[in-house]
Amino acid sequence: MFRILKGDYGGQILIAIVIAACALVPYLNLYVPASSPFHLSTFTVTLLGKYLTYALLALSVDLVWGYLGILSLGHGAFFALGGYAMGMYLMRQIGDRGVYGNPELPDFMVFLNWDALPWFWQGFDMFWFAMLMVLFVPGLLAYVFGYLAFRSRVTGVYLSIITQALTYALLLAFFRNEMGFGGNNGLTDFKDILGFNLQSDATRIGLFIASGIALILGYLSCRAIVASRLGRVAMAVRDSEDRVRFIGYRVDKVKLAIFTFSAVLAGVAGALYVPQVGIINPGEFSPLNSIELVIWVAVGGRGTLYGAALGAIVVNYAKTYLTGALPEVWLFALGSLFVLVTLYLPQGIVGLMRRRQKEIGHETA
Amino acid sequence: MAGVGFFHHCGVSMQRTRFAIQHWVWMLLLSLTMSFSAATHADDSTLQAGIQNLLAKGFSQKIEGVNQIVESGDPRAEQILQALLDKQLFSVKADNTLVFYDKKTDEAQAKQVLTGEPVAVASAKDLSRIRTNNRMRGQIKQLLASIQLMNPDDAMRLAAVKAMVGNVSPDQVDSIRTLAEKEANPDIKKEMQTLVQLAELKSDDADVVKAAIAGLAGNLNQQVRPTLQALTESDDASIAAAATQTLVEIDNKVTWYGHLETLFFGLSLGSVLVLAAIGLAITFGVMGVINMAHGELIMLGAYTTYTIQTYVLPNFPGVSLIVSIPAAFVVSGLVGVLIEKTVIRHLYGRPLETLLATFGISLILQQAVRTIFSPLNRSVETPEWMSGSIQINEVLSLTLNRLYVIAFCLVVFALLFMVLKKTSLGLQVRAVSQNRGMARAMGVKASRVDAMTFGLGAGIAGVAGVALSQLTNVGPNLGQSYIIDSFMVVVFGGVGNLWGTLIAGFSLGIANKFLEPWAGAVLAKILVLVFIILFIQKHPRGLFPQKGRAADN
Repeated sequence: MFRILKGDYGGQILIAIVIAACALVPYLNLYVPASSPFHLSTFTVTLLGKYLTYALLALSVDLVWGYLGILSLGHGAFFALGGYAMGMYLMRQIGDRGVYGNPELPDFMVFLNWDALPWFWQGFDMFWFAMLMVLFVPGLLAYVFGYLAFRSRVTGVYLSIITQALTYALLLAFFRNEMGFGGNNGLTDFKDILGFNLQSDATRIGLFIASGIALILGYLSCRAIVASRLGRVAMAVRDSEDRVRFIGYRVDKVKLAIFTFSAVLAGVAGALYVPQVGIINPGEFSPLNSIELVIWVAVGGRGTLYGAALGAIVVNYAKTYLTGALPEVWLFALGSLFVLVTLYLPQGIVGLMRRRQKEIGHETA
Repeated sequence: MAGVGFFHHCGVSMQRTRFAIQHWVWMLLLSLTMSFSAATHADDSTLQAGIQNLLAKGFSQKIEGVNQIVESGDPRAEQILQALLDKQLFSVKADNTLVFYDKKTDEAQAKQVLTGEPVAVASAKDLSRIRTNNRMRGQIKQLLASIQLMNPDDAMRLAAVKAMVGNVSPDQVDSIRTLAEKEANPDIKKEMQTLVQLAELKSDDADVVKAAIAGLAGNLNQQVRPTLQALTESDDASIAAAATQTLVEIDNKVTWYGHLETLFFGLSLGSVLVLAAIGLAITFGVMGVINMAHGELIMLGAYTTYTIQTYVLPNFPGVSLIVSIPAAFVVSGLVGVLIEKTVIRHLYGRPLETLLATFGISLILQQAVRTIFSPLNRSVETPEWMSGSIQINEVLSLTLNRLYVIAFCLVVFALLFMVLKKTSLGLQVRAVSQNRGMARAMGVKASRVDAMTFGLGAGIAGVAGVALSQLTNVGPNLGQSYIIDSFMVVVFGGVGNLWGTLIAGFSLGIANKFLEPWAGAVLAKILVLVFIILFIQKHPRGLFPQKGRAADN
């Protein structure tokens, strides 16, 4: 772990902060009395946990955009699929505590007059199986999609647009009741996870820590990939795809490997996101979500990994603040962020800091 | 003035009409039909007798009265029957005169049936309603329809024929046949014949039935199919066979027209797609710029229409719609030029960044519209000449607004094509898109051409917005819902190829509509999307890839 992080000061700081948060947040939430100004409410804990899953999602986007040069406008789809897999497990855990009290079928199926569980819901009552699906479903979709796209050398904006079409198609599909995923309303009303009540403070803390650990592991694996031979070829593909191909590398395989891994990472983020927010619905597939998470990466600074995590947290904090305080302003702010960052901050916040550092270095020299 | 005359099993009478043609038709009828109480002017005594019978208690006597009223040929007959049917015919208890009285509207005022003079009503109790029973009402309805069959107004006559479909009594058949032969309007004539044939199907004579079945071949009247369906189970095997065959023929025809209608829907959806995509085809195809704010430029066009219609020319939906076309072009075009000058100009050669920046602009425009107008949908009025439809036959009607959209799309396409092929701007645009460096060396101001091209594409988007305002809700999300579709059309058709965009738009629209009945609207859309995703894998440059030097870039 230390070898991977050698020289990666940003990464070191990020991991240190996440570890510190994982230690401090539970303490502030559980042991500091509610009257104290240092007390963290469970709401805030959940919010922070949500940011951590967003940071993980941003990492997955940065891996393909920053290091492979693929601007995916459909990563929200992988996130949502992971979320749905987790949601299905949580739905099955409700058991007969639903509104209709049916021990076998989730409420929405009873409502639709279905008499048996569809085949694709089988097995989701087992946690290990659901977790396998969290990894497998987004991975499989990314593999099939990537296999087709990279083999026929669909690149650049074309690829961006068809990834967007992909998530749009899934959005429409999941809106249909016939799909068996709760249609418009999605999956919600979750009760507990692995036997722990989802509403309890301790479970929330547990999920927060799990998100923190996932982020750290995700960061380390991304860093490991980027530092490996595979990662170096990927960066070469990003900078000059044809040249890499002419040298003799199988560009499509490199892309496929990283794209699939990235999708799995996004799926994990989704799976951690759902129990914390308590709902997953087709809205997560909306093309707007996918494109919004691209801007997190752009704001943080693409091609740095830790910048992506930073961007996700900063933008989402701003979003939480603005949608609460000045809802009218949020879209203006987000829109301006897109424009200003692409025009004036192509390297994001990280690039800005590096430039400052250089300037300071020059001054002292 | 409309009241004319009437035929019925017991006889026919007539009145002097003001219309010579009608008189002539009537005379012929007169000579052809059987017994009648001849009279060349309104027969007042028959009317009086009818009214007296109507005032009687027994229903058979009342029916006699109704018949007499009609026989009298008095112009008031239709009104009296209608009032009877509407429960607005009363008798004054005191002197037993017949009056029109509507409980809901005429509070203290009844009207004498014969003289039309007002009669004061102190209390509704002074009046007693002329009661009817089911059998009587059935007869009155037929009588009324028959009176209307001779109405001089084509539309009224057609409506009367349609009302009679399915409840023609055997006794009326001959009279209707006679009327049909004399009918000048071919549509009404056909309807009348259908009426006769439908009645003949109930005949006991097998030959008559078979002849009627043969005559109904290909007839799309709604009543024909169920009637024939019943006959396919007839005891007479030959009748059943004939009915089945005719039924199959009609079904085939209906299916065919159904396909035609689907094609029409597909074309209209396709033209919407083409309109939305064509501006994009220019900016994306010619300049290689991904403009994610394209949908919002469409939205601006729609809001321009709304603004002009609501605030500038509030009472002239037609005029304001026409004024909106150039206005929307200018508004969206200017916004487009502004976007190009402030943002896109700095991002040439970085398509992914352009995509993000323009997406940001789309969010800003959306929110701006939400703030300025409202987050709610706005309704745009459709001018009268655009609403309604053209009825081709019983099963196929083409709605006018869809027809206009198809035509509008073709006109816009043709104009754009002319601009690109025939004007110096078009020449410069093509030069810059093919070889920027060489064009500049020849003295083309590339940056100015870029701005103009972008403005042109944006302006077309605005014009598309005017068309869309007539078809869907005008709201802040209008553009978003079209942006992905537009990209699909452009990419599917082949970037940089206007014809490709046209063909791609229409074929996607038609494919979508043909899939819809089979798969449902949402699934059809998903299937089309998946198809395009797979298609692009196979043909990354679309249906009509650019060839030659331009393709090298």
